Amino acid sequence: MTAFLSSINYNAWIVPVLLLLPAIGAVGLWAHALVSAKDPADQRWREVRVLAFAFFVVEAILSLGLWWSIDPAAAGWQAMVDLPWIPQWGVRFAVGLDGIAMVLVLLTTLMMPLAVLGSWTSIRTKPHAYYANLLILTVGMLGVFMSLDLVLFYVMWEIMLVPMYLIIGVWGGERRLYAAIKFFIYTMIGSLLMLVAILYLGAEASRVAGAPNFSYDFILNNVHLDPTTTLWLFGAFALAFAVKVPMFPFHTWLPDAHVEAPTAGSVILAAIMLKMGTFGFIRFALPLFPAAAMNPAVRSFVIALAVIGIVYGALVAMVQPDFKKLVAYSSVSHLGFVMLGIFALTTESMQGALLVNVNHGISTGALFLLVGMIYERRHTRMIEDYGGIAKVVPIFATILTVVSLSSIGVPGTNGFIGEFLVLVGSYKTQPIAAVISATAVIFAAAYLLWALQRIIYNKLSKPENEGITDLNWREIGLLVPLIAAILWIGVYPKPLLEKTEPAARRLVTYVESAAGQVPVTASNTAR
Amino acid sequence: MNFDLANPSQLMQALGPDLLLMAGAMVLMLWAAWRPDSEAHQRSVGRASLALIAATIAVVLWYASRGLTSGAGVIAVDNFRWAADVVCLIGAFGAIALGLEYNPRERILPAESHVLVLFATSGMMMLAAARDLMIVFLGVELMSVAVYVLAGLNRRSNKSAEGALKYFLLGAFASAFLLYGIALIYGSTGSTNLNEIGQRIVTGNYVAHPMALVGTALLLVGFGFKVAAAPFHMWAPDVYEGAPTPITAFMATAVKAAAFTTFVRVWLEALPGMGDAWFKPVWWLAAVAMFVGNTVALSQRNLKRLLAYSSIAHSGYLMVAVATGTLAGSAAFLFYIVAYTLASFGAFAVVITVGTEGDARNELSDYEGLWHVRPWLAVAMSVFMLSLMGFPVFGGIGFFGKWYLLMAAIEAPRPLTTLAVVLVLTSVVSAGYYLNVVRVMFMKQRPEGAPDPERAGPLTRGVVLVAALAILALGLVPNRLINWSRDSIPRAPAAPSAVADLAK
Repeated sequence: MTAFLSSINYNAWIVPVLLLLPAIGAVGLWAHALVSAKDPADQRWREVRVLAFAFFVVEAILSLGLWWSIDPAAAGWQAMVDLPWIPQWGVRFAVGLDGIAMVLVLLTTLMMPLAVLGSWTSIRTKPHAYYANLLILTVGMLGVFMSLDLVLFYVMWEIMLVPMYLIIGVWGGERRLYAAIKFFIYTMIGSLLMLVAILYLGAEASRVAGAPNFSYDFILNNVHLDPTTTLWLFGAFALAFAVKVPMFPFHTWLPDAHVEAPTAGSVILAAIMLKMGTFGFIRFALPLFPAAAMNPAVRSFVIALAVIGIVYGALVAMVQPDFKKLVAYSSVSHLGFVMLGIFALTTESMQGALLVNVNHGISTGALFLLVGMIYERRHTRMIEDYGGIAKVVPIFATILTVVSLSSIGVPGTNGFIGEFLVLVGSYKTQPIAAVISATAVIFAAAYLLWALQRIIYNKLSKPENEGITDLNWREIGLLVPLIAAILWIGVYPKPLLEKTEPAARRLVTYVESAAGQVPVTASNTAR
Repeated sequence: MNFDLANPSQLMQALGPDLLLMAGAMVLMLWAAWRPDSEAHQRSVGRASLALIAATIAVVLWYASRGLTSGAGVIAVDNFRWAADVVCLIGAFGAIALGLEYNPRERILPAESHVLVLFATSGMMMLAAARDLMIVFLGVELMSVAVYVLAGLNRRSNKSAEGALKYFLLGAFASAFLLYGIALIYGSTGSTNLNEIGQRIVTGNYVAHPMALVGTALLLVGFGFKVAAAPFHMWAPDVYEGAPTPITAFMATAVKAAAFTTFVRVWLEALPGMGDAWFKPVWWLAAVAMFVGNTVALSQRNLKRLLAYSSIAHSGYLMVAVATGTLAGSAAFLFYIVAYTLASFGAFAVVITVGTEGDARNELSDYEGLWHVRPWLAVAMSVFMLSLMGFPVFGGIGFFGKWYLLMAAIEAPRPLTTLAVVLVLTSVVSAGYYLNVVRVMFMKQRPEGAPDPERAGPLTRGVVLVAALAILALGLVPNRLINWSRDSIPRAPAAPSAVADLAK
């Protein structure tokens, strides 16, 4: 495989192609909308979804080669493309990947076709705009994982906002208007402060180099700031990412956005967009400002917020009457694990965090898909409206159980490996936080199993539920890959861990050594 | 070529584009008065005005391409002037183009309406050129008097009359402030020439001189009125709402651009020595304008008023460029004003399209579900809103405009990082109303019985299309515009030795 990929010079073109293809797809759908403008577009939704699906499938197939072509052990960026964009301001179109980014890119490209299949029948109004928004969203998400220039990163980071705003606001549920604007404003406050911080870094770089420069590598190696400024800039970056993750107490946009978004929107939000926050910490906030990130006060503060998020998310999830909202709050809890793993800063916890990232994408993505499927049949998300439906929809019930077990983190599923690594890794440096967080695994079992019991077990007491049809082949087909991934990572996670391990190790060593001047006792003594 | 401004014939040459526009405007004024008012006559005068503006733009570009300079004197011959000229002329072109289709609908018949735009533009070009406070005052008056009349053009509308009167009274006040400021500056430094004032302030150490301080303060107030920066903005919403929409667009863009051009030049050439005195007030004016404009806009339900408050906020953003007191700041100003002009013109063109006779249907509720009946119009309006908000890619050049301002602010010798943070935080506030327009157009259903907006004429559609495409294209490839604004910073007059060299 590797030989084949290098024979077609795969690494030289794949990254820009992956970015360009969805954009072309969006323009294609636009052209299709123009051509079919004469008859009402709503009649064309069958054609449009196939067209969009085809683009996503091609994108996914093309991206698969990254698994082999990216050498995780190699230092430096791979598949890098570096072109001038705005030379006057030192802004470059620089994109590239490492092991961490590669895994997230694959998660994105592979989840997108499934998300489209998930909204296969539910989106019938304005289909062109809907699928074009999904395609543009993909450009933004991939761009965030690929950007190696701070300005390009910011642009990509913002690109996602508008399509998601429209997806929630136009095709969402009853309170969609409120949820959409809340999502937008929350994200924007954080990201605009990050913009000022990026500009500040660029100004510093231009003081060092004599010309403006926003290259990630250049700023990483050449810009050295005084401690106070470092703290401020770290704060600006951290706020932008913390809103996106979302960390407690910046999480309040998430339940609204998740619940009101259409199924594909929720899946993408959970599976991919939240990862951009944690990815931001890993790629930008930690390496660029190691002194601030390793500052004991900052670190304890972030870890405290992460632990609060873990426990609070789980407890709030327990009392949700709305199943979709329950899943949304479980995200807050899971992403808390990721943050704990990142800031505990051991190789194990970092790898665990990266794995929880992926696992959460798979499991929560699948949960949202399942919620969407049952909602389409019964038009309610209230847990109490169901009960005992395992009898009428056995396949649905089986899959929901498997996915829930994975979300809980039962051994043998992917969830277990990730959270276990986080807890083991963070116990070394943050024992108290790790112990408290471990309780959340029990809470997770409580809220999901309890919900399962009320939805699919118990007695089939409501006559409305007797007529629900079971999953059809399309739905089973789109869930099978997710279940396969759940079991594969659960049983044999080694290949995936190997992909991220060198990058995680490098990051941990780098941050610790770069923050060397600052007394960082916890992590050094624990070794 | 280096103009010796003491030589009348060379001064005339240096004023070439200005004279062309003024002479043309006078001829057109006579022609406009020649026949009784009618739609056909107005149309031909309007078309001739468009041709005149196009010719003037061509001459300005020709002048700009010749690398002209000048010695010291009452006017400046530098790219800053040509750049500002082009922006103002494009604003005038857009206003007349929109007016050609708007005026018949509103039954505004005087053919002079287009010619007045030309006179106002002459004033703007004078402002762009002014290197003497007397010329600044002449330019301000020539521009303002024409715009007072334009604001009251719609005689059938009470709002228009009310707005024009308010504008006139407050504008007269502002002119008085400006004139007092000029007098006091002259009294303390003994000169009205910007460069001489600049030198004398430094050599005479006038920064603590009460007369110079009061003079600077009065100039600041006068300019603050003219650019509609809070707290001197009270006239703007009423005038913007009452004036015919093309004139509102003209005021929001070209008038603001011209006033800011001379503001920037006076601050950079005459008053850098007073920096310690004006820095704090300008800082606060910028912050207050951004805050007031953006927060009050949140509660507006009329699109024209909303855009009026948005233009107040944008005065605040541009004031950040003034506060830098650097040449990079003036380049950022030029860049930003282009981005802002494109987006504002586009937005007002959409307002004209959606509006109906009697300047009706300008309320936010009239935009509900616009996407379902006029998808492209809604998409274009979203581009304009996002551009004004400063959003990347979808807002195109608007993002880089803010970016340039922020960069100038952060690199300024006096630290403006806090002001940069104020700028971005108030931009978040602005999302509240810009996005609300998007929300209303896309996420609401079209109300029962709401009439579809009529198809706009070719000129209005052209303005929308050109503005939207320019915003998006420049947002992906801003390089040339950056170079253009960088090359167009104010340049000090050439030294006498250079005059001698070139005279050979």
